[in-house]
Amino acid sequence: MNSLWTVMRATLVKDIRLEWRSKDALNSMLFFSLLVVVIFVFSFDPLAEESRHIVGGLVWVAFLFAAVVALNQTWARELRNQVLDAYRVSPAPATALFLAKSVGNFLFVSVLEALMVPLFVIFYNLRVLGPAWQLLPIALLGTWALVVNGTFFAAMSVRTRNRELMLPLLLFPISIPAVIAMVAGTTSILTGEESAHFYIVLLLTYDVVFTTACLALFDTILQAE
Amino acid sequence: MKRLFPILAVLTAVFLAYALYRALVVAPADALQGEVYRIIYYHVPSAWTAFLLFFINFIASIQYLVTNKPSARTAMKWIVIAIGVVGVIATYLPPIKRLIPAGMEPSAVATTVLAIPAAYFLIGWLFPGQRLDVLAVTSAEVGVVFCTIVLVTGPIWARPVWGIWWAPGDIRLTSTLVLWLIYVSYLVLRRFSNSAQTQMLAAALAVFGALDVPLVYFSIWFFRTQHPQPVIGGGGSMDPRMLQTLLISWMAFLCFAFLVCWSRFRLELLQREVEEAHAMESLVGSGVTAKASMPLSRGAR
Repeated sequence: MNSLWTVMRATLVKDIRLEWRSKDALNSMLFFSLLVVVIFVFSFDPLAEESRHIVGGLVWVAFLFAAVVALNQTWARELRNQVLDAYRVSPAPATALFLAKSVGNFLFVSVLEALMVPLFVIFYNLRVLGPAWQLLPIALLGTWALVVNGTFFAAMSVRTRNRELMLPLLLFPISIPAVIAMVAGTTSILTGEESAHFYIVLLLTYDVVFTTACLALFDTILQAE
Repeated sequence: MKRLFPILAVLTAVFLAYALYRALVVAPADALQGEVYRIIYYHVPSAWTAFLLFFINFIASIQYLVTNKPSARTAMKWIVIAIGVVGVIATYLPPIKRLIPAGMEPSAVATTVLAIPAAYFLIGWLFPGQRLDVLAVTSAEVGVVFCTIVLVTGPIWARPVWGIWWAPGDIRLTSTLVLWLIYVSYLVLRRFSNSAQTQMLAAALAVFGALDVPLVYFSIWFFRTQHPQPVIGGGGSMDPRMLQTLLISWMAFLCFAFLVCWSRFRLELLQREVEEAHAMESLVGSGVTAKASMPLSRGAR
């Protein structure tokens, strides 16, 4: 347990420091999702009432695409100088590495979301009609759902020939239930028409199931030869 | 074995023709839908076959993941046995019994649950080692083909009956589509990954896909389903000739699927032997070529 925590903290601190100095992932994610928002604004020009129904979908599509940009860099960074091979031969637990990477990505994507949400509010003149505080659990659980599977599948896709393209192909089909829950939950809170409890529970279930699966199978993926 | 293949192929062709004859001529027209409904004799058997193949793929993938890890293997064995025992007992407990749809017997549900450990041990016994992975490829590929048939015939039927091609948010439609997407991504992963690691990565993805499908099902729980209720065990009355035709059609489709899987399985085995022979050749030099290609000629005979 002790070594798990130490390895995890060391990797996490290293990743955050790398990101802080280079700002590679964050900058590209921010600019990418800004572009997506602007294109959406040009494509749909809704009234305030309509926008409540569609913004839930637009927000999460933008974040999903942006998250892929960051997730693709997670492991690609470790391929340089054979860092990943060093991890493989080291006695450190593989789950610690996975958790550190997931938490790191979770932080990056959360920062992105915090910066992008005001833009959506401005562009679409949003006013929440339901209980707004419930957006927070949906955002946290939804982001974790994207990131935990994303980190896992990114580790899978760095082993393939067309790395960058492979990740969305693997991630999107598996993420569909989470995306449905995020979008439907957000929409029901924005419109205030129905309760979002069901979707929060569903996201929680999704997170628990797939976090367990990722932790159980990550060692197999890392060591697969 | 090789002589058996053409005989089986002819039998399957005759069987499929008979099923088509039953579907078009013997089965009566539907009281509400008229002749349009006859597509179910292709739609429903394809769906059952596809789900069966995906189930085989899931079992083979799990078996492959634990095959080289003795502790995981033992754990998995007991988990599967526990699923069988708990599942059978649970179907007879009153609170669970109430959840079973009307017209479906608890004994039928219990038999279905028992199929899980039975399939697990049968597949593990029949397909040792690398053959598990070959079985996984085969069942995924053929399953995707049958699932595509389902997704194509469904809208063809839905357009005249529902008035729409596709009902977004419908429980069965969406979960079948997601299942199809997952298995297409599975095949893409297999195509684009390096041969040494493909098998483990693909097996892990198959497990993720199997975990995903129930969640897809629950995620659209809130929406009302537009799809017709199950014809078997779902209550409702059906002409016995219709039911017979449906089952005959399914049997014919199963024979066809088995035949396709068989030849695909042999092809994959041969391909791997060729690859192995090539690898040996480049490793040891051309001196052993004749020796290395021996297994190939034996397999092709």
